[in-house]
Amino acid sequence: MSTASQSYYDRKGLLATLGRDGLLQIILIANTIIMLAPIVIMVFSAFKTTPQIFQSPFGLPDFTQIGNFIKIWSETNFLRYLVNSFVVTGASMVLILTLGTMAAYAIGRYAFTGANFILMFFLAGLTLPLKLAIIPLFMLMRDLSILNNQLSLIFVYTAMGLPTTVFIMTGFIRTLPSELEDAARMDGASEARIMWSIMLPLVRPAMVIAGIQNVVPIWNDFFFPLVFIQNDDLKTLPQGLTTFMGEYTTDWGVLFSGLTLSAAPIIIIYIVLSKQFIAGMTSGAVK
Amino acid sequence: MPQLRMTGRGLWITILIVPPMAFVALFIVYPIISAFAYAFFDWQGLRRLDFVGLENFHTVLFVEPYRSWTLNAFKNNVIVFFALMVLQNGLGFILAYALWRELPGARFHRIAVFLPVVLSTIIVAYLFKLFYHPLFGVVNISLKAIGLGGLAQPWLGQSGTALWSIIVAQAWHMVGFPTLVFLAGMQRIPGEILDAVRMETESEWVKITKVVWPLVAPSATIVFTLLFVGAFNWFELPYIMGGLDGSPFGSTDVLGLYFYRTAFGNVSAGQQDFGLGSALAVLIFIFIALVATVVTVRLRAREIQI
Repeated sequence: MSTASQSYYDRKGLLATLGRDGLLQIILIANTIIMLAPIVIMVFSAFKTTPQIFQSPFGLPDFTQIGNFIKIWSETNFLRYLVNSFVVTGASMVLILTLGTMAAYAIGRYAFTGANFILMFFLAGLTLPLKLAIIPLFMLMRDLSILNNQLSLIFVYTAMGLPTTVFIMTGFIRTLPSELEDAARMDGASEARIMWSIMLPLVRPAMVIAGIQNVVPIWNDFFFPLVFIQNDDLKTLPQGLTTFMGEYTTDWGVLFSGLTLSAAPIIIIYIVLSKQFIAGMTSGAVK
Repeated sequence: MPQLRMTGRGLWITILIVPPMAFVALFIVYPIISAFAYAFFDWQGLRRLDFVGLENFHTVLFVEPYRSWTLNAFKNNVIVFFALMVLQNGLGFILAYALWRELPGARFHRIAVFLPVVLSTIIVAYLFKLFYHPLFGVVNISLKAIGLGGLAQPWLGQSGTALWSIIVAQAWHMVGFPTLVFLAGMQRIPGEILDAVRMETESEWVKITKVVWPLVAPSATIVFTLLFVGAFNWFELPYIMGGLDGSPFGSTDVLGLYFYRTAFGNVSAGQQDFGLGSALAVLIFIFIALVATVVTVRLRAREIQI
């Protein structure tokens, strides 16, 4: 490269010097830094004392200092919130996958009058913002005497999860071949037996997609616990976090480690299963 | 025998279909229909009193101070929507285009761009609230470190910057979603079309505007609609970062927050009004449904089928 051609590139500007792929590469790297920096700062700060955070907010901490975490573990209800989130999310997921598979199987596998109407009935729930129906939901939960009870959350999450689950799984179940079923039917197997032993194992991939699509918003939800749950012992993690953040406003080390502890489970699962996560969470939008 | 088989099958289908339908009917359909009915009554706390017709709607739209609150929240929602359209969906499109070229490290970049999406909104809200702290937050500390200390300010504490600071946090949280939806749309463009275009033009700009963009229109319709619905019932971030009353001075108030405050606000202060809250919910709901339907139909009509 002579100096002459060097200056020629300079005149053409950044794009010519780097090539368009170079420019795109810079955009990607810059974006990745912006995406990761807040999370890295959060995790680093979790291992610092409050004065250390203020003095060197970007410095590498001593990762053996786990005083903040011990404080959270022993002084707050964090563990209880975590268990509550597991219970509510777990129960909702079992119900969503069971009921969703039942409905999708009936719609996708049998030709009967009204099948299309029933599918439409489920799909109608897809884009309606249920948040706006919170007043009637609140009254309904009160009338069912399950306000301040985890059942209220489990029921709402189950209902919210069913439309996408039925949608994803009906589409998938329709693509499955019917030869196996017909053969089993000839051999005299009952419909329940065919569903359980032959079809369900084939449906598993769609269940994983539907499961991921529902588990993340349910695990992360804050709005419904805010309205339905008052008792501190019943709070879920995102809701408990607000209590906790309110108590430790000046102890930033503890605040950051609370955020880190709350984020850790889902970040770890996401990094391990990123491909399934991305497919699951964007599947409703990518047809 | 066929008769018997039919009834057995009918019963089996009923067993499969009724429980899931009951859940959706009881916890989605019934509450949404009731939300409309509730708006026509006068309420005292949790007690329903008289039928008042359209009075609740009239109050939230035309009677002060409700009128100003409604307009202010709506105005802020419009700002939020257009800002996120550029920041979240616009950046998402550029990032998707960059990822699509499969440059070295693309896999890693894809994992990174979607990582914030899996975090709880509450975590994001508190994280950024700490970052925006006027004295100790990393935003101001960074500005001072690079010699731009003059730009340091109480980001969430003044009405000029508060809403925008929350919007930036929202864009950081969710930009990965449109990115990956756009990317999926680009990956469905057949190779032959791209080869043909490559023969025709060298210009990257022509390629993007005349080929890629029209062909990812279905993805665009989806991300626009979801952003619209999401922006107009935005709640968690402004609730945590700006507070229930949209402080400072209502600058971070949005419809979702205003609706929640009207319905469930401070009970002891007598601010709980299910009638006005329901009227607001119905208005927001109709607005979202109407615009989303019109826009979706219009965008769909412009889409090109591959």
